[in-house]
Amino acid sequence: MSEMNEQEAQLVEWLADMREEEAHELANRMLLEEGADPLRVLELCRAAMDIVGKRFEEGEYFLPELVLAGEMLETIGAVAKPLIKEGEGGAAAKLGRVLIGTVHGDLHDIGKNIVSFMLDINGFDVKDIGIDVPVNKFIEEINAFQPDVVGLSGFLTLAFDSMKETIAALEQEGLRSKFKIMIGGGQIDETVRAYTGADAFGVNAVEAVNLCRGWTGAAA
Amino acid sequence: MSGFVGPYEQTAEAKAAYDARMERILACARLERPDRMPVGLHSFFWPANYGGITYKELMYDYDKAKKVTLDAAMELEPDGVYPLILGSTIGRMLEKFEFKQLQWPGHGVGDMQPFQYLDREYMKAEEYDDFLFDPTGFYLQKYLPRVLGVFEGFDKLPRFAGMHYLRTMYGMRPFALPEVRASFEKIVAAAEETNTLFAHHIDWVQRLKAAGFPLANGSVSTSPYDIIADYFRGATGMMKDLYRHKDKLKQVLDKMSTIVTRMTIENARLAGHPIVFIPIHWAPDAFMSPKQFEEFWWPPFRKMLMGMIEADLIPMPMWESDCTKRLEVIKDIPAGKCIYWFERTDLVKAYEVLGDRVALRGNLSPSLLTTGKPEEVDAAVKHLVDNIWNKGGCMMLDGAFGIPDETPVDNVRAMFNAARKYAG
Repeated sequence: MSEMNEQEAQLVEWLADMREEEAHELANRMLLEEGADPLRVLELCRAAMDIVGKRFEEGEYFLPELVLAGEMLETIGAVAKPLIKEGEGGAAAKLGRVLIGTVHGDLHDIGKNIVSFMLDINGFDVKDIGIDVPVNKFIEEINAFQPDVVGLSGFLTLAFDSMKETIAALEQEGLRSKFKIMIGGGQIDETVRAYTGADAFGVNAVEAVNLCRGWTGAAA
Repeated sequence: MSGFVGPYEQTAEAKAAYDARMERILACARLERPDRMPVGLHSFFWPANYGGITYKELMYDYDKAKKVTLDAAMELEPDGVYPLILGSTIGRMLEKFEFKQLQWPGHGVGDMQPFQYLDREYMKAEEYDDFLFDPTGFYLQKYLPRVLGVFEGFDKLPRFAGMHYLRTMYGMRPFALPEVRASFEKIVAAAEETNTLFAHHIDWVQRLKAAGFPLANGSVSTSPYDIIADYFRGATGMMKDLYRHKDKLKQVLDKMSTIVTRMTIENARLAGHPIVFIPIHWAPDAFMSPKQFEEFWWPPFRKMLMGMIEADLIPMPMWESDCTKRLEVIKDIPAGKCIYWFERTDLVKAYEVLGDRVALRGNLSPSLLTTGKPEEVDAAVKHLVDNIWNKGGCMMLDGAFGIPDETPVDNVRAMFNAARKYAG
């Protein structure tokens, strides 16, 4: 992104430092009183999230910061997006398409939602198809969305078999070679990856982003 | 000479076996080496698979549930057994109370799926003050109606605090409301189901004891932070509160620590068993920073641990996920008073840090138990024995969180056999 002025740098700093109230006040002032370009403000939000992601990787930030950052971005986005004039900016080019869902039998979604959010703000076109997703629904959604990466999420041990079945069905449908498959969730490890036939597993949202970047050739 | 446990005869042999098994666990907790490494039997739905019944039957059919769990215990001969009936055969009770925090077979999930918790915001951040001012009032009028359908009429109850003289009668008019009466009728019926559940639990414990097998823990509790995070604020609400409502949150945690410590001591005394199982959900390394852990999570829990220890109880927290970075902090308790059960934390590493402070329990990985071969399970047990037990460690063998539901029976047998083969 182009160089930031002092005010813009301040917004990025406050967002990255979890200073929610100050960041919201400043973003609102910029957008609603000073007529700042909403696309520019969203760009600043993404810059702040890059810092949050780095601090997470470096062990300075943890899940609470990812969750709070997500909410700050949503709040600012809700103010900024209606101000974008028609035809302006348009959709930014996406790094790749990721389809994600919790496998059948499992109703957990906290981890999946954080992964979806992190992929989204890192520039991926994410389609989250929810929880307890039957194998057939994965096949239908994959055919419609044509993803580069499929993410299977699951917290319970029953998810090991659900993931294995889902991947086997994708193989049977002749779809398996068209995308990479990553898995994640509380009990997932290399043993489960090998058991299910997934390409990789991740233990947190940043690992998921890095896997997708690696597979789609996007620079970090 | 034989005796009786309730209506069940206990042979002298069974009594000796019971005493020896219980002593193995208690000796470990005191950091004294028992004659052999104790092994626990802890699970939720695995006994259904073992005995060939559905998960729904395990949750609803008291007799079938007692049979499959007792069969499993008799075959495996564990040193301590989780109160499996209280843990799993809860379908009728959940139904009668119209419990809203779980989905279970017939109520949102299929007959062969485990119950699953619904992470929601059951208390708003703005309600911290209400809770702090009058926890019991908050429970009666707000919390219980939100989590138990049978309490829905209670939102109409009067506020009791402040009532005096004739006001103690004038103020009672809401009790005559149809919705409040209906609530009371449903609560009585639901409480009767809880009584039935406990009668089956006590019968099951007596049969287990008569056969020579003690419970590994008599009761269960939860850490103050986890109660608020899981059962009140919900996961994302709580994470945001660490920034948005930090002072209020600390006050609530401190208050909850006192409340839950008293309740835990009372429950353990009723159960007549010193060991209290405490599954820990929010301590993992990834869930908050070391600073947040030491500021929010640990102080109210340490206070609870100390209260329990003073009451001669043996806390047995099960530290879920990976808590490697917490080891030095959670070491700050008196030696020989607790059993720390670790899920994904390397147990050998935990032994290096905590071996002179607490007994350990765990921790064969769920992926190994469910997808591995018996010989791999055997090797994993040998690894723990070589690196902990044979080095003088006091540990109780178990799965990372007991036996996962889908574990092949041969892998469970391999776990128990390997314990006997390598550690007495």
